[in-house]
Amino acid sequence: MFASITPEMLLAILPEISLLVVMAVVFTADLILHGKRSSLPAWLAVGGLGLTLLLTGLFAQPGAQPQLVWGGMLRHDWLAFIFKIIFLTAALLVTLLTVGWQKVWLKGEYYVLLLVSTMGMTLMGASADLLMLFLAIETTSIPLYVLAGFVVRDDKSTEAGFKYLLFGAVTTGVMLYGFSLLYGFAGSTSLYAIAAGIASAAIPAPVLIGTLLLVLVGFGFKVSMAPLHFWAPDVYEGAPTPITAFLSTASKAAGFVVLLRVMLAAFPAILVEWQTIIAAGAALTMTVGNLIALSQRNIKRLLAYSSVAHAGYSLLAVAAASELGVVSLVYYLLVYTVTQIAAFGVVIVVWHTTGSDEIADYAGLHRRSPMLALALLLSFLSLAGIPPLGGFIAKILAFAAAVEAGLVWLVVVAVLNSIVGLYYYLVVLKVAYLDEPKSDKPVPATRPQAATLLVSVLLMLILGVVLAPWYNWAASGAAGLF
Amino acid sequence: MQIPYILSAIVLLPIVAGAVMLFLPPKNRDLIYRFALGAAFVTFLLTLVVYLGFDTAGPRFQFVEKYDWLPALGISFHVGVDGISAPLVLLTGVVIFTGVIISQRIEDRVREFFAFLFILASGVFGVFVALDLFALFFFYEIAVFPMYLLIALWGWKQTREYAAMKLTLYLFVGSVIALVGALAMYFSSGLGTFDMIALESANFSPAFQNLWFPFVFFGFAVLGGIFPFHNWSPVGHVAAPTAVSMFHAGVLMKLGAFAALRVGIMLMPIGAQTHMPWIILLTLVNVVYGAFIAMTQTDFKYMIGYSSVSHMGLVAMGFATLDYNGLVGASVQMVSHGVMTALFFAVVGMIYDQAHTRQIPELGGLMKIMPFAGVGFIIGGLVSMGMPGFSGFIAEFPIFMGLWAADYPWIAIISVVSIAVTAAYILRAVGRVFFGELPAELEGHMHDVKPSEKLAIAILCFIMIAIGVYPNVIMPMVQHGVDAVLALLGGA
Repeated sequence: MFASITPEMLLAILPEISLLVVMAVVFTADLILHGKRSSLPAWLAVGGLGLTLLLTGLFAQPGAQPQLVWGGMLRHDWLAFIFKIIFLTAALLVTLLTVGWQKVWLKGEYYVLLLVSTMGMTLMGASADLLMLFLAIETTSIPLYVLAGFVVRDDKSTEAGFKYLLFGAVTTGVMLYGFSLLYGFAGSTSLYAIAAGIASAAIPAPVLIGTLLLVLVGFGFKVSMAPLHFWAPDVYEGAPTPITAFLSTASKAAGFVVLLRVMLAAFPAILVEWQTIIAAGAALTMTVGNLIALSQRNIKRLLAYSSVAHAGYSLLAVAAASELGVVSLVYYLLVYTVTQIAAFGVVIVVWHTTGSDEIADYAGLHRRSPMLALALLLSFLSLAGIPPLGGFIAKILAFAAAVEAGLVWLVVVAVLNSIVGLYYYLVVLKVAYLDEPKSDKPVPATRPQAATLLVSVLLMLILGVVLAPWYNWAASGAAGLF
Repeated sequence: MQIPYILSAIVLLPIVAGAVMLFLPPKNRDLIYRFALGAAFVTFLLTLVVYLGFDTAGPRFQFVEKYDWLPALGISFHVGVDGISAPLVLLTGVVIFTGVIISQRIEDRVREFFAFLFILASGVFGVFVALDLFALFFFYEIAVFPMYLLIALWGWKQTREYAAMKLTLYLFVGSVIALVGALAMYFSSGLGTFDMIALESANFSPAFQNLWFPFVFFGFAVLGGIFPFHNWSPVGHVAAPTAVSMFHAGVLMKLGAFAALRVGIMLMPIGAQTHMPWIILLTLVNVVYGAFIAMTQTDFKYMIGYSSVSHMGLVAMGFATLDYNGLVGASVQMVSHGVMTALFFAVVGMIYDQAHTRQIPELGGLMKIMPFAGVGFIIGGLVSMGMPGFSGFIAEFPIFMGLWAADYPWIAIISVVSIAVTAAYILRAVGRVFFGELPAELEGHMHDVKPSEKLAIAILCFIMIAIGVYPNVIMPMVQHGVDAVLALLGGA
C-alpha cells in the first residue's frame, strides 16, 4: 500500500502534516509543563504556524492542472492552496492576538484545539469526496465548539459553546442526510463523479433541489447564511474574542470554499435553480444582517451581524456562478479575513483596558490611543468598502460578477445594504473619534497584538491598492473549477 | 509641453503628505501647520504648472500617463487633463492652499484635521484627472469619506453629527448607484476595459443609454447638488469648519458635476439627449428656488449654502443644454463659482471666528474693521450677481446664450429672475454686515484679518477679476475641451 505513495501526494498534504507535527509538539510541551502556566505553548504555536505557512507557500503549490490525490479524497488545486494560505494566516494572526489574552493564553490545550481546527479547514478546502468532506467539517467544528466555550467560569462563554454545539450538530446531521441522498442518486461519493451519476440516473429536478436544500443547511450554518445565521451573534458575543475572530473569518471562509466546490461540481444539472436559491439567500442574509446590526450596542454583536451581512455579499459572488464570481469570492474572503481580524484585534486590545465590549465604552478612543483608533477606522472603512482599502475592490468585484451574471436586482439590494452598513460603521467611528472619553487612561496593546494590527492594516492597504497580483492569484484558483 | 509624472505627483502628493502627518508628534502644532502649508504650496505650484503648460492647440488630453493596474479586467491608472479638467485641477490647488492658510485657528487635533483634508484633496485630484472609470470611482469615494470626519469632528457643534451623516449617506447612495451603471457599461460594451477614452467609442445602444443614463447622471449629480437631491449640501456647508466649507462648496460639488459630464454625458450622449429636456426643468428649480431660499436666510452660511445650490444649478443647466455655449459657460462657471464660494466661506469664517455669530442682523459696520475682507466679499458678490468685468459674467452669459440656442427661451427668461434675486440677497447682506453701525456688543471684539488671510483673499479675488477682465486666460482652454464633448454629441 505504501508503495503507491508518491512525493507529490505527500507534498499535497504538507500543510496538514506540518500542522499535525506542530500540534503534537505543543501537546507534548503542555504535558511536560504538567499544568504549569507558561507562555511556551503559545510561542510554539506561533512559530509552528509561521513555519507551516512558509513550508506551504514554498513546497505545497499545486501544478497547473488540478489533481485528485489520495484515492480521490483530496483535490490538489489552486483554490485549495489559496484557502490553505488564508486559513493558516488567519490562525497565525489569531494566535498572536491571543497572546496576553486573559489567562486563556497560558493554556496549551487552547492551541492544540486551534491547530486541529485549522487542519480540518485545510482539508475542507481540498476535499473532493463527500466522506472526506464530512470528516473535515467535523474535524474543524468539534474543536471550535470547545473553544467557543473555553472560559468555563464565564456563563456567556459556556452558553456560546453549548449553542454552537447544539445548532452545529443538528445542521450537520441534516447535511449528512443530504449527503446520503446524493450518494444514493449518484452511486458515488466523489464530488467530481456525482454530477455524471446524477445525469445518468435521470433524477427529477425537484428531488435534486430538495437534496440541495438539505446540504445547504449544513453549509449555510457554517457561513451564517440567513435564516441559519441566528447562532452567530450569541456565539460571537460569548466566545473568547480571539476565537470569535477565528470563527468569523477562517471558519466562514472554509464554509464558502466547500459551498462553492460542491455547488459547482455536484449540481450543474440545476444550475439556474441553485443560483436563484443562493441569490435569494444572499439578499435575505445581507438585509437581515445589516438591519439587525443597526440596533446593536455591543461591538462583538455588531461585528457578528456585520459579518452576517458580509456573508450575504460573498453569497452574491457565489450566486454569479462564473469565473469572475469565484475570483471575486476569493478576493472578498482574503480582504474580509484580514479586515475582520484587525477589527477584532482592536476589540481585544480595548477589552484589556476597559473590560468592556460596549460601543459606548469606545468613547474618545482616539484621544486615548490615536493609533488604535486609526486601526479601528481603517478596518471599519474597509468593511464599509471605502478605497484605498481592500474592501472597496472586494465590493466592486462582487458587484461586477453579479452584474455580469445578470443579477442586477441583487446588486441593487446589495447597494442599498451597503449604505445601511456604512451608517452603523460610521456610528461606531463617531463614538471613537467624537465622543468625550470617560477616562484619559491610554489603551496600550501588547507587542504581538500591535504587530498583528500593523500587519493586517498593511495587508488591507496592499490588497486595496496593488490589485493585479492578488487578482491573478485568485483567478488561478478559479480556473481550476471550470 | 509634457512634464513626466506631474499628474501622478499631484494625485499622490497630498495623500502621502496626509499619511506622513498622521505620524508627526501631535503636540507640535507649528511643525504640523508648516508641513501642511508647505505641502499645500507645492501642490498648488504643480497644479499651476499643469494649467500654464496646457497647450490649447495640442491634443485633447495632455500630461497623459498610463500604467497597468489590473490588466485582467482592463483597469489602468490612466490620467490626463483636457480643457475642462485642467482649470478644475488648478482650482483645487488654489482652494487647498488658501484653505490651509485660513485654517490657522484650528486648535483641536490639528494633525488629523490636515491629514484628512489632504486625503480628501488627493481624491478630488484623482477624479479630475482620471481617464479610467475604475480609477474615477476609486478616487471619488476617497474624496467623499474624509468629509464625514472633517465635519463631524471639527464642525459646528449644533448640527455637525446630523449634517456629516446626511452628507455622507447621500453621496454614497449616489456613488454606488452610478457604480452599478458603470459596471453595466463595462459589461455591455464588450471591450473589456474601464478606459473611458475607449468606452467613448463603445456605441452603446440607444435603449441601453436611455435606461442607464439617469442612474449614472443622477448618481454623480447628487454631489453637484441637483434638485431634489440638494438637501445635504446647505446643511453640510453650514456645519463644516471654514476650510472644509471652502473645499466642499468650492471643489467637491464640482466633482459631482464634472463626473456627471465625464461619465454620464460623454459616455452616453444619446441617453443625455433623451433625458436632458426634463432634467433641465430640475436645474431650473435649482437655480430659482435656490436663490429664493437664499434670500430668506438670516444665517450668513446658510445664505451662501443655498446660493451654491442656485449657482450649481446653472452648471447643470449649462450641461443640460448640450449646446456649445452652454457647455463652455458651465465649465467656466465651475471654476468661477468654486473660487467665489471659497472666498465667501473664507470671509464668513473670519467673521465668525471673532464675532461668534453668523446671524446677518446681528452684524454690521465691519468694513471699517476688516476692509480687506469686506472688499473681497463685495468682489465675490459682484461675481455672484454676474456683473460684467468679473468671472461670473463670463460664465453665466454663455449659459443663457446656450439656452436660447438650444431652444429653451422660457427657461432662460425664468432663470434670469434668479439673478435679480441674487443681487437682492447679496446686496442686502453686504449692506447689513459691512456697512451700517457696528453693534455695541461687538465693540472691541473685532480686529482686522491677518496678513496671511489677506493673501488668501487676494489670490481668490485675483482669479475672479483676471477671468472677468481677460477671459482669454481660460476661454481657449475650455473651448478646446468642449469641442471634444461636442464631437461626442454628434456635433449637436
